[in-house]
Amino acid sequence: MTTSEPYTTVIGLEVHVQLQTKTKLFCGCSTKFGAPPNTQVCPVCLGLPGSLPVMNREAFQLALKAALALECRIAPFTKWDRKNYFYPDLPKGYQISQFDLPFSSDGWLEVVDPKGAFSRKVGIIRVHLEEDAGKSMHDEAAGTADSRIDLNRAGTPLCEIVTQPDLRSPQEARAWLNELKLLLVYLGVSDCNMQEGSLRVDANVNLHIPCPDGRVAKTPIVEIKNMNSFRSVERALTYEAARQFDEWQATKAELGKIPKQTRGWDDPAGVTRAQRHKEESSDYRYFPDPDLVPVTVAEAQLAAVRATMGEPPTVLRKTLADTWKISAYDADVLVNQGRELVAYFEDVATRVGEGKVASNWLQQDVLRTLNERGESINAFPIRPDALADLIGRVQKGDFDTSRGREIFAEVLASGRSVADVVASLGIAAVGDDELVALCQELLAANPKIVADVQGGKEQAAAGLIGQAKKKNPNVNPGKVRQMCLDLIKAMGPSA
Amino acid sequence: MQPAELSAVEIVAAIRQGDLSATHCTEAFLDRIAKFDGSVNAFLHVDREGALATAARIDEKRKAGKPLGPLAGLPVAVKDALCTADQPTTCASKMLAGFRPPYDADTVARLRAADAVIVGKTNMDEFAMGGSNENSAFGPVKNPWDLARAPGGSSGGSAACVAADMAPAAIGSDTGGSIRQPAGLCGITGLKPTYGRVSRRGLVAFASSLDQVGPMARSAADCALVLEAIAGHDPGDSTSLAAEVPRYGDLLEQPLTGLRIGRVPDHYAAGLDPEVRKGVDEAFAVFKAAGATVHDVELPHAKYGVPTYYLIAPCEASSNLARYDGAHYGHRCQKLRGGFDSPLVEMYCRSRGEGFGPEVKRRIMLGTYALSAGYYDAYYAKALKVRRLIRQDYLDAFAKVDLIGGPVSATPAFKLGEKTGDPLAMYLVDLYTVATNLAGVGGISFPCGFTKGGLPIGFQLQGPALAEPLLLRAADRFQRLTDWHTRRPKQFA
Repeated sequence: MTTSEPYTTVIGLEVHVQLQTKTKLFCGCSTKFGAPPNTQVCPVCLGLPGSLPVMNREAFQLALKAALALECRIAPFTKWDRKNYFYPDLPKGYQISQFDLPFSSDGWLEVVDPKGAFSRKVGIIRVHLEEDAGKSMHDEAAGTADSRIDLNRAGTPLCEIVTQPDLRSPQEARAWLNELKLLLVYLGVSDCNMQEGSLRVDANVNLHIPCPDGRVAKTPIVEIKNMNSFRSVERALTYEAARQFDEWQATKAELGKIPKQTRGWDDPAGVTRAQRHKEESSDYRYFPDPDLVPVTVAEAQLAAVRATMGEPPTVLRKTLADTWKISAYDADVLVNQGRELVAYFEDVATRVGEGKVASNWLQQDVLRTLNERGESINAFPIRPDALADLIGRVQKGDFDTSRGREIFAEVLASGRSVADVVASLGIAAVGDDELVALCQELLAANPKIVADVQGGKEQAAAGLIGQAKKKNPNVNPGKVRQMCLDLIKAMGPSA
Repeated sequence: MQPAELSAVEIVAAIRQGDLSATHCTEAFLDRIAKFDGSVNAFLHVDREGALATAARIDEKRKAGKPLGPLAGLPVAVKDALCTADQPTTCASKMLAGFRPPYDADTVARLRAADAVIVGKTNMDEFAMGGSNENSAFGPVKNPWDLARAPGGSSGGSAACVAADMAPAAIGSDTGGSIRQPAGLCGITGLKPTYGRVSRRGLVAFASSLDQVGPMARSAADCALVLEAIAGHDPGDSTSLAAEVPRYGDLLEQPLTGLRIGRVPDHYAAGLDPEVRKGVDEAFAVFKAAGATVHDVELPHAKYGVPTYYLIAPCEASSNLARYDGAHYGHRCQKLRGGFDSPLVEMYCRSRGEGFGPEVKRRIMLGTYALSAGYYDAYYAKALKVRRLIRQDYLDAFAKVDLIGGPVSATPAFKLGEKTGDPLAMYLVDLYTVATNLAGVGGISFPCGFTKGGLPIGFQLQGPALAEPLLLRAADRFQRLTDWHTRRPKQFA
């Protein structure tokens, strides 16, 4: 945590996550992203007269999974409410949401910085389920053209996750969001793709400023919207904290003195801007939706959902570190890449019988390649058995790691097997006799180095390794070094 | 054979036996519509071509020896609140003038599957809000018994078209009495089933927790025939009941011996027209003669029914009708003149201002107000509590009696224009019917006499949840012992 500022930043988040269902929350329309506008609609999500909603059980199950993973209390009885407001992308004139009896509440999610900078357990006030609105596309030069409405998204299931104001820095907020995203992706609850709008974040922020008189001044809470990446969240909060401090110094305005303000993040400009005041505190006239029946949740249903959840990232990090004797940091890197990469790692580690070396190869070679190629581990052409084969040959001493990397690259480029590539590059294990002969040749040609070593400067032997690799690229540098030292020793002390 | 003189049950039997063709039958009713509806205004849309095409298809089916649906060839008129993919659906509102839904309501789909012939869409109070049918944007329906009088509402078109023999059966919807009250004022039989018995999918919502679709016809036996075709679980309506659909028509035979009918002393309070009271008393006597016993029961909270209803229904309506905003379909104002916060707000305000009639606006305002922050607890939340008490009243009463009998409305059909200036007086026409909807149970209304002036008097039976077989059986027994339901307004002979 950064403590250089003369204040504490207090942050709470409101996250909307699109659930990964095939169909919408109250009708059978597809939720697939990217279809031509208004092609994934029906009388229900268009709000046509007489249409009625029917709850998608799969969506409710997914929402339960998310809430259970966030350690929430699940309400045995929950209902649907109508949130009434007029907007063209809301065809019914109300959004079906949950008001006073959300299906879950009182949870938490902890984020631990792998480098130990912070660790924060963030309370979850509530998680509720609701339907998404459609999308309005406004003409940029207002007034010169019509706005357009795409209702493909209308009715898509959304989980709204509201945190306590427990976060204490923009960095924490970003890290926590990463952890939340990781958890939800692990659970298969959401793809959390911010570009496609499957994860949206609003942040509430204010400052607690210790005053000379011992009192703590609190600045008015500002809600920040329009942040479309976790990086933007961090930047916006950083900017906003500084702005609030400046404003406080100028005005001394405190919480409660002025109404809550909404500010939009302008990413290119790197500033938050006050948004036009909406009508005095919106009155959504919530009331229970008479078209839907309340939902009851039995313990057996929760047990069934729990059984499908698998290990969440926090547990998996520990499991990996313990099982494979890798560092907490390494476990963190692997787990943060997602469940598929962890499965790949475990496969390789099991085959080579060691975690550390598998972790190194994954982090240094596999992940680098994935990043370069923008690929996911599932599409990675070198499967775990092939990578394990390669690592095994390095471990056996057939060749060194750098030679191994060349093979890795060739396997990747050609799609051939490790054995094939090894053979075609003429890589064969260098026999002991061959090695002795090679080293004797080198010693004979480098009397200066021999003398240096004999004089006690063992590191001089390093000069021989490069030459050895030139003569035979397959030699193992470690072995060359050891063999040369042994041979020099056998010559006896210098004359 | 004059189809207009036959009951729905008889029409279906005659067509099945080949004594009557569906085409001939449909033509006969369409001709009557052409002849009489100019004076009644019961229909907003008549689908002559579509109805005749359906009838011809049914005749062919019969000739080919293919199995026929249970309503094969029966002309049915459908309240314009139910979506029909092949006909406009306007809810008698300018807001939806010319609107054609892309789908059939569940009820309409079931009617088609049963081989019914949908002859047209009937007039109603705009968005089913009203008890006189004077709130239609397309002119009021006239009561066939006296064209200067209201047919009741909101399903006034459905009631009037049956009363004038322009259709042997019709579909209505009942949110606070909208099937039973017009049935009573028009001298026909109308059943509001238990909430959830008939799917609401495709019924344009007024008040979702109260709306229920039901049959309207000459007799209880005809209502039984139609109900059997339209009732049943619909997975597309979360509030639809899963209970199996009984064979209502087959359950009518059992006598009423031992049936306990409740009589609510509060129903006889001031305001009950003496002629209506007399008709109701005579009806109780008929039931006694049929072997039933009559017992006084209390519904202590029923007196709060109307105020409770006029909070819950407008609250739900204010939200249900928010979708008519001019943005996606329906009426949209043509010209923006400025003077609003934004062009969008102006488009909303003008479209809704122009599209909705005064009663709809009144109820949207009532509901919006009652749901607003600071008022919710005093109005909506309290109304929900009273609703629970009313429901409990019914449960308690039905522990003592099998059915509850009484008037449908306090007066016979009133003059057009008589109550339009006084919304509160108009709201009281629902006095005897709203509690049924608040309790979610069923009720049936059928004629039990006529005033000296020749206006029908209605009797209402209410039953516990899913007691439709008993409601129909009791009404049917009454109709075997009386002939009020067979009387026709002379003008439309």
